[in-house]
Amino acid sequence: MITKLFLERFDKAGWIFLGIMAAVAIFVPLSNLLLPVDSALHVPTHVMSLIGKYLCYAILALSLDLVWGYCGILSLGHGAFFALGGYAMGMYLMRQIGPRGVYGNPVLPDFMVFLNWKELPWFWYGFDMFPFALLMMALAPGLLAFLFGWLAFRSRVTGVYLSIITQAMTYALLLAFFRNDMGFGGNNGLTDFKDILGFNIQAQGTRAALFFVTALLLILSYVLARWMVTTAFGKVLIAVRDAESRTRFLGYRVEHFKLLVFTVSAAMAGIAGALYVPQVGIINPSEFSPANSIEAVIWVAVGGRGTLVGAALGAVVVNFLKTSFTTGFLAPYWLFMLGGLFIAVTLAMPKGIVGTLQDWSGRNRARASALDASAQKPAE
Amino acid sequence: MSEDQSQHDLDVAAVDGGASVPPSVTSALLYLDGVSVSFDGYRAIRNLSLFIAQGEMRAIIGPNGAGKTTMMDIVTGKTRPDEGDVLFDHGKHDLTKLDETAIAELGIGRKFQKPTVFESHTVADNVLLALSGPRGPVASLFGWRNKVSREKVDAILQTAGLLEHRERLAGEISHGQKQWLEIGMLLAQDPAILLVDEPVAGMTDHETELTAELLRQINKEHTVVVVEHDMAFVRALDCKVTCLHEGSVLAEGTLDRVAGDDRVIEVYLGR
Repeated sequence: MITKLFLERFDKAGWIFLGIMAAVAIFVPLSNLLLPVDSALHVPTHVMSLIGKYLCYAILALSLDLVWGYCGILSLGHGAFFALGGYAMGMYLMRQIGPRGVYGNPVLPDFMVFLNWKELPWFWYGFDMFPFALLMMALAPGLLAFLFGWLAFRSRVTGVYLSIITQAMTYALLLAFFRNDMGFGGNNGLTDFKDILGFNIQAQGTRAALFFVTALLLILSYVLARWMVTTAFGKVLIAVRDAESRTRFLGYRVEHFKLLVFTVSAAMAGIAGALYVPQVGIINPSEFSPANSIEAVIWVAVGGRGTLVGAALGAVVVNFLKTSFTTGFLAPYWLFMLGGLFIAVTLAMPKGIVGTLQDWSGRNRARASALDASAQKPAE
Repeated sequence: MSEDQSQHDLDVAAVDGGASVPPSVTSALLYLDGVSVSFDGYRAIRNLSLFIAQGEMRAIIGPNGAGKTTMMDIVTGKTRPDEGDVLFDHGKHDLTKLDETAIAELGIGRKFQKPTVFESHTVADNVLLALSGPRGPVASLFGWRNKVSREKVDAILQTAGLLEHRERLAGEISHGQKQWLEIGMLLAQDPAILLVDEPVAGMTDHETELTAELLRQINKEHTVVVVEHDMAFVRALDCKVTCLHEGSVLAEGTLDRVAGDDRVIEVYLGR
């Protein structure tokens, strides 16, 4: 009964998405590890890492769609939660380096030795233990979102004002993390990672495993988000999005709903960032840059706001375009293209790729049933 | 001094000795006394006093700008009065100290002048969201609202005459149907008192008749306050009428008495 109810939560797009993701999660790492390099189906390691990066962005996009697409909270600072999760992972990876750093200090990361620090700052404690670091990857962004949301939603800051302060939040963090005395590696951030859970982070097997875990977490994030939006909770979120004050008059504590979904979303974004860092090998303050957060909004808009699947698709499609266009002679024009894409989608396909496709199939079905009805009439 | 007023004074005298949290106690379910509110110097409500008894149906009439909607805003917590008492449930709750959600939780339901339903939800889901019961986020994720029986929603849709539209999006149904859906949502909330703001605006005569019938039926179990301009509709409700003018009560009583009042005729009904 419970499984049946659970299975009914996914629509057609959801099943297609889950099917493709399951295939990608299994095929890509296996092909990379097992197929010979000259095979046509072989996925080279750098391509696998690139797709892995896209999948991290897809998780970020899902988390953003959860708050923006379903609850109407246009966060222009979701990159901050992504980056915080990334820093939590980065701190763990730094502690894993141990005495193999340039300065050979068994406890202090290189940048601290360079700054003449004598002991580890208190907020670095515990990051040598993976379970603790894992907890922080979700908890640090979640806690920030909780505090931020508690203040903002309780004061009924909504719409463009909320967007502006989320933007300010990520910008403030950008400036803070740039400072050397914050203790997060300043401008250079955290890099030169060696191991993750004792496995060489550069090894092909580790990369394949990281890819698999990323794909798996994208699936789990989707399932969690889809479950949330199909419960009564999700119906309240949509009600808040469409008519916030009406929802209040119906007796719902709107701020509690916003706070919960915002916190869950931030934790999800943090996990995405944590998976991103070992695959790209670096985390630095530029991840907090407001432009990153805005780009994430564009992914969701392009793919289809309020569809979840569309958000993930948008993240992959836009980033694939970005990779394609920023490596060739078109590189200087990428930002114009991105802006143009955003405008074009907003004007021509306000529901994004998936939303538009769903409209089409819905209309076709309506037309088909209308045809059925008219075909049956003479028989009566 | 009206009957209600003297009754109220007696009650206050009886309990004033133990002046605890409730500032005063009254036999009225909803009690407004000496309420004033102004917006940018414009006094929308002036020293308004209104008492609604348990189980009563009350129609509120009055010209535009008489303060009818502002009165509802004050009761539901949308607007805070500058002065005066607004008490609910026989004086147990001071509504001026509570926000919209808390007031709704006490059992005060409101239908807005402009029908506001959740347009991207189906008609049935609109009712589902309105059903009384735990409304916290955690309860919504795991709780009973996910297991509400179809019959429970359908019973309300039946009353509101929307059963065959249950799967349609609320944004797609007609204006009159939206008004009924909102009344249905009010019913689902099962409030102690329903505040209904202009339910028949924009309705055909036939729809208006059906709406009056629906409200009379609801009044069997609920206290109802209706703000309306349509005199034929008010007559069909067959209840006590209060006429507001410039933010205070001009006349109160049966429709015939109010409609016969010289001042009401002068400011509102016309000669």
